[in-house]
Amino acid sequence: MDWTALRVSLWLGAGTIAILLPCGIWFGRLLAVHQFRGKVLVEALVTVPLVLPPTVLGFYLLVLFGARSPLGQAFQSLAGQTLPFSFEGLLLASAIANIPFVVQPIQRGFEAIPSDVRDAAACCGLTPWQRFARIEVPLAWPGILTAAILTFAHTLGEFGVVLMVGGNLPGETRTLSVAIYDRMQAFDDRSAGIMAATLLAIAVVTLMLTTTLSRRVGLRRG
Amino acid sequence: MAERGLSVRVQQQAPIPLDVEFTCDPGDVLAIFGASGSGKTTILRSIAGLYRPAHASIRAGGHTWSNTAAGTFAPPHRRAVGVVFQEYALFPHLTAIGNVMTALGHRPSSERRSRAEKLLTLVHLSDHQDRRPQQLSGGERQRVALARALAREPAVLLLDEPFAAVDRTVRRRLQDEIDELRRTLDIPLVLITHDFDDVVRLATRLLILEKGKAIACGALADLTSRTDLPWLRDAVGLGSVFEARVVARDRQRGLLELAFEGGSLFAADRALEAGATVRLRIAARDVILATSEPQGLSLHNALPATVSAIAGDGGGDHVIVQLVVGGVRLLAEVTRDAITRLGLGVGAHVYALIKSVSIDVAGAEIS
Repeated sequence: MDWTALRVSLWLGAGTIAILLPCGIWFGRLLAVHQFRGKVLVEALVTVPLVLPPTVLGFYLLVLFGARSPLGQAFQSLAGQTLPFSFEGLLLASAIANIPFVVQPIQRGFEAIPSDVRDAAACCGLTPWQRFARIEVPLAWPGILTAAILTFAHTLGEFGVVLMVGGNLPGETRTLSVAIYDRMQAFDDRSAGIMAATLLAIAVVTLMLTTTLSRRVGLRRG
Repeated sequence: MAERGLSVRVQQQAPIPLDVEFTCDPGDVLAIFGASGSGKTTILRSIAGLYRPAHASIRAGGHTWSNTAAGTFAPPHRRAVGVVFQEYALFPHLTAIGNVMTALGHRPSSERRSRAEKLLTLVHLSDHQDRRPQQLSGGERQRVALARALAREPAVLLLDEPFAAVDRTVRRRLQDEIDELRRTLDIPLVLITHDFDDVVRLATRLLILEKGKAIACGALADLTSRTDLPWLRDAVGLGSVFEARVVARDRQRGLLELAFEGGSLFAADRALEAGATVRLRIAARDVILATSEPQGLSLHNALPATVSAIAGDGGGDHVIVQLVVGGVRLLAEVTRDAITRLGLGVGAHVYALIKSVSIDVAGAEIS
């Protein structure tokens, strides 16, 4: 059992949620509430990471992060290391790959709030920020929760993007799913089996948690 | 207009044509009546600040809420406005009392709970304050919505089709409650409705809206006794509405004796208290004219009246006759032939014959 890989995987999952959730809430709400030109194109772009093969996505991210790109150069001058094959690069790649898993459920969550409930909140004297915090977020909560859990589960299972952008550096970019592949290549079936079972257990627990939480929210809503 | 009243002027060509100007004083209930799609809700949303028409001038409670000419616009949360939405729009994640407390942000937090409890008691919901909207019936939800709207201590109360989602019996009770409430509130009420029953029971003033344009606006009794409103005739049938007082209830004879400005009337018995003020609506089709007081009829009401106007209905066979009975105007819809046969003209003295059962009495029944 590669405990370091498990730690990298969990950190990556938690970090991706931490980066993506605030952005996803802002952007998902924007798409749900506002009508603007080119909205269809924006929605399509948001979905792209979902349909691209992970290797293709990984390839473009490598180009984006590379030493010749402005982003790559900026990161290198700031952090003194390259963005590809680092945990930071992997985190950024993971955040980009998970955009559709975050934005879509949150957008649906905000869309499900009837517009007259929003209007009623304004007519109750709530400022835009109070409406957001006290009415909209609690009502969109099932969508936000789904987004967080999907992101976490998807990050743990991600393989293609991790291998392309992160490589296989122990303690830095070797996640559990890459470690399984690594062990299989070395004919270490026992370790691979244990780690696969660990991922399976995490997946089952996560899904149970989602069902329980959403049922509890459902009871509250009736 | 009173300083604390509501004055509204909205105009625009597109996307929804609007051309409306009206005022409403504290204590008055202005009903905006029109078919669906006539722009009623858009006017209400403009008053609340939820919609911005191209040209608007809206003042309420001594404050300017909208003035497009001066570039003034107060967003909804800065307007002291109470709105009861059509589907009530309660916050589903909050209890009844939580819903009401949400609108009490202008009060110190220590007062909010007790204030919300008082408001829920006012709408007879003190037992249900910890229930969530989905655990409440339609009528109860409407009451929570009303309490929440009042919590704001609004300068204007807006009701958007407030009875559309409840059944007939609940509707009657809620109408009576709102009628009782408005007598104590002393703020202008604007009621949006497409059901004339709401108008008869609640309104003191009426604005008739057609395709975003006000085609008539005035006191309810004046407008309902006008002969020249074909739109109203087609939509609900003509019939004057006026106030009366219950004199006595004769349960043995199954009659209710009523006094109005033009004399007394007998209507079918209802559980109303002597002394209570009620609204009467007498449909023009239910009024028969006679040149002399008839004898030997089952009828209870033969009111001496003077013809004040006669109007055709735009080519049809029917004629609308306006009658003055004391201080009240009644309408009678008769055939052109009847006018010729009786030789009726303006100034003629007639008797208006009305069956007791065809008088629609609107008032709060004793429970």
